[in-house]
Amino acid sequence: MSIKGKAYIAGIYEHPTRLAKDLSLAQIHAEVAKGALEDAGLTKDDVDGYFCAGDAPGLGPMSMVEYMGLKVRHVDSTDTGGSSYVLHVGHAAEAIAAGKCKVALITLAGRPRAEGMATGTVPRSRGGTPTPDEPFEFPYGPTVVNMYAMCAMRHMHEFGTTSEQLAWIKVAASHHAQYNPHALLKDVVTVEEVVNSPMISDPLHRLDCCVITDGGGAIVVVAPEIAARLKRPKIKLLGASEFIKTQMGGKVDLTYSGARFTGKAAFEEAGVKPSDIKYASIYDSFTITVLMQLEDLGFCEKGKGGAFVADGNLISGVGRLPFNTDGGGLCSNHPANRGGLTKVLEAVRQLRGEAHPKVQVKNCNLAIAHGTGGSLGLRHGSATVILERE
Amino acid sequence: MAEAKERKLPAPAVSPETQSYWDAATKGKLLVKKCTACGQAHHYPRSICPFCFSDKTEWVEASGKGTIYSFSVMRRAPVPYAMAYVTLAEGPRMVTNIVDCDFDKLRCEQPVKLVFKPTDGGSPLAMFTPA
Repeated sequence: MSIKGKAYIAGIYEHPTRLAKDLSLAQIHAEVAKGALEDAGLTKDDVDGYFCAGDAPGLGPMSMVEYMGLKVRHVDSTDTGGSSYVLHVGHAAEAIAAGKCKVALITLAGRPRAEGMATGTVPRSRGGTPTPDEPFEFPYGPTVVNMYAMCAMRHMHEFGTTSEQLAWIKVAASHHAQYNPHALLKDVVTVEEVVNSPMISDPLHRLDCCVITDGGGAIVVVAPEIAARLKRPKIKLLGASEFIKTQMGGKVDLTYSGARFTGKAAFEEAGVKPSDIKYASIYDSFTITVLMQLEDLGFCEKGKGGAFVADGNLISGVGRLPFNTDGGGLCSNHPANRGGLTKVLEAVRQLRGEAHPKVQVKNCNLAIAHGTGGSLGLRHGSATVILERE
Repeated sequence: MAEAKERKLPAPAVSPETQSYWDAATKGKLLVKKCTACGQAHHYPRSICPFCFSDKTEWVEASGKGTIYSFSVMRRAPVPYAMAYVTLAEGPRMVTNIVDCDFDKLRCEQPVKLVFKPTDGGSPLAMFTPA
């Protein structure tokens, strides 16, 4: 069974906040749910499937189902970190195709900034019973940033990728963010500014890293017969895939991500190829994340990502592959330190023609959204969706 | 020398499955698990081989020789340190630190040798220094 054409994204909403000192976590989840349902032209009572991940308070979906007063017959709280919500879009389509629900609500919310969380630079133990990997990793000081940095270091070693090439990814994101009134960082930056920003963990500089913000977002995925009676543009799901990439028992290879597998599978299901894509939302926890995923999804050859992203190739109206036209995680927001959901939102805006006019891609009928969750250098979840405007 | 101060290392959590690994570490030995069914060594150690799923795995002592697969110097830490993957001569790549060296001279594929560093009340950790 394929999910191709079996489900549509009917509603989206992104919380405008970037610092939510006065909002509770559950409240942000509910506010984005309300926003996405209103965007779709649906009500809470239409929702019969609910999807959330580890950012939701409580055990799986239960507290939020109760808080929002939902009555659902299908739930899924699969957690693959920041890629969860891209994966949830695929799972929602599977559930809809199997007749398990017709209106699936996906929510994300978080307030790491209000809580003063040291997100990227402090090793974290999950507490409780250690994972089997933890004793062999945590005492050595793995952080979010240094594990991604090791991928960049190896990529530079094998392929000659440079810091200047990585910097172009941030430069492109900043060109887009200047038009997003909600973006945390709205200033356009140069390659020189990126490579001269303080070194955090070699070879990643401060401006190679995404922002830390509060916020959230929601997506409503519906059955074709529901989409047909709604007034919003019809955004059809053509393909979806997920993968968990690991250290493979000690055969770890840091030069590629799980996107190598999810991209191939999602493109095959969709029946399209990378060169058909008009707009790409690519997970951007760090500049290296984008570069590796673009290679792995097939937008360029492995090892040629540096040349591909250079000279503005990712800037809308300038380059061949406009990416993250909301400014992405590098400039706009990274709610709950999980950027997958906002990737889907901007892809839907582009397909609807509702992106900012300065970054809207002309005749944008086919888009990809890809997420990476967990740690690129330790173990991560990858998820890809391919969307079409009908 | 970029590394001046000593940093405090947290004690690793020991489980029944990995007790032998940590006991050996206190004696200055690095063990890896090797599968007698498929012949491959893996890391971190498991009782069941992650390659062929045989339960015929045994501990073997590593030579302590390896090369740096990748590394990153965590500059933004109270005491900067070098995170790394080292490819052991026995095959597996392990998460570790490179210590007692000039961080600015580290390179991928650089030969390294085993050293142990004490933790805060637990087994010492296997780390590496330029050979």
